[in-house]
Amino acid sequence: MSAAAQGTSKAAHGDVAPKKKKGPGALATAYLVIYNVVMTAGWLVIAVGLVRAYVARGSYHGLYYSIEKPLKFFQTGALLEVLSRVFLTWAVTHSVREVQSEDSVLLFVTAWTVTEIIRYSFYTFSLLNHLPYLIKWARYTFFILLYPMGVTGELLTIYAALPYVQKTGLYSVTLPNKYNFSFDYYTFLILIMISYIPRKSIGRLHFPLQKSAIRKTGYTG
Amino acid sequence: MDLHLKVEVLDAKTREQLCFLDKVEPHSTIGDIKSLFYKLYPRWYPARQSLTLDPKGKFLRDEEILQSLPVGTTATMYFKDLGPQLGWTTVFFAENIGPLLIYLLFYFRVPYIYSDRCAFTSSPHKVVTMACVCHTFHYLKRLIETIFVHRFSHGSMPLRTIVKNCLYYWGFSAWLAYYINHPLYTPPSYGEVQVHYAMVIFAICEMGNFSIHLSLSHLRGDRSRGRRFPVPSKNPFTWLFFFVSCPNHTYEVGTWVSFSIMTQCLPVAVFTVLGFIQMTVWAKGKHRAYVREFKDYPAVRVAIIPLIL
Repeated sequence: MSAAAQGTSKAAHGDVAPKKKKGPGALATAYLVIYNVVMTAGWLVIAVGLVRAYVARGSYHGLYYSIEKPLKFFQTGALLEVLSRVFLTWAVTHSVREVQSEDSVLLFVTAWTVTEIIRYSFYTFSLLNHLPYLIKWARYTFFILLYPMGVTGELLTIYAALPYVQKTGLYSVTLPNKYNFSFDYYTFLILIMISYIPRKSIGRLHFPLQKSAIRKTGYTG
Repeated sequence: MDLHLKVEVLDAKTREQLCFLDKVEPHSTIGDIKSLFYKLYPRWYPARQSLTLDPKGKFLRDEEILQSLPVGTTATMYFKDLGPQLGWTTVFFAENIGPLLIYLLFYFRVPYIYSDRCAFTSSPHKVVTMACVCHTFHYLKRLIETIFVHRFSHGSMPLRTIVKNCLYYWGFSAWLAYYINHPLYTPPSYGEVQVHYAMVIFAICEMGNFSIHLSLSHLRGDRSRGRRFPVPSKNPFTWLFFFVSCPNHTYEVGTWVSFSIMTQCLPVAVFTVLGFIQMTVWAKGKHRAYVREFKDYPAVRVAIIPLIL
């Protein structure tokens, strides 16, 4: 987390020498990928811990019913969120070298990083049964700023990649070919951008809904 | 002694009393209750009513008789609106007429699909015409079966499902028709041999599928001998019943595999795989239902792929 922050300040201070323009881009991207993978694994471990803690304390039947439906619905959205991050990291930022030095990358990287720092502290404290109100407050409040910030960064990055994808025909298959199939990555990216409208407005509702569901059931984690 | 029952119907979500029926005959069915309810609420025709004994329970079937249910002298039921319903025949018709017509739009290269100079031209490849004949035959057969052969168990299906299903079938047929009828279409690698073999398998599977549908329809029509499971008959195509519970699905998969080989088109193969997965799910469900219901169900049978799945 600190390394990513360092990377951010480095770019801001223009410490990077001109001939190293492509270097830090690839390095930062690789770091981010590893970071996200490790964090995902860590999340899974924490989740298992939470479940076991529940079981040890007894049934939470009523509580679960109250948040079951929205939780199920939005967790599927959260899975899509994870997939979209992996997509953005590998299929866009990594694959199209030219966008790696764009400011928009900085934007969503910062948004993701801050979100994750708060999120993992939240889970860790929950597990230890000592959740400072500050962390819970921070998570739901910062979300209001970080979510649009992340979405904007992601959209701008995809948009920046478009001309290069069109020019080089990256990941695209044209006719004629033996299996009578074609795929235009450029059009695909545009469709992804359009899909942000329904996907992200649902995601935008995830936290306020979760917050009110949790408040209703008095669950303090 | 008053042998009549009372029935009160509550809204499953709000628990508000929607109606109270006095003097109901104990041997009335759920269907009768639904008709009475419909008289009070003309918006909710019987097909879109779900009546349950428990707000979260399974819905009661129309044939169930009141006095056989675990209720006292006053039966309390919970109502849920299932939304607009469409008859199965309508659903199947809509699902199949789309692909039939859409494919033809691409075959005849109607303007705005491909480049202007290709409008209304035809492909030099024989396989493209053969593919059109096969595809059209397949959907014509389905439409005819829907009208004359199939006997559906449930009455209807929700509107949202039909929209979703139509999008799927229509969308996929447009996608695969686009490539097969494209000016830059590449005929199969092994030429005529590949196409002809595929056509033979296609014909066999279509005949097989039809035979099974006929056999199932006779089974359902003959109610006098009680519930029975399908068995092989003199028709060799039905001998697949020795090995699988749902040979109609087995033949259908065969049809689409042969069509994929005939056209050597990746989108067709994708459609085949997805169809295979869905049909396996259906076949496994049906197989489990048969095994549960019939104690003497043949042990060698599996759901869809002989000896394997």
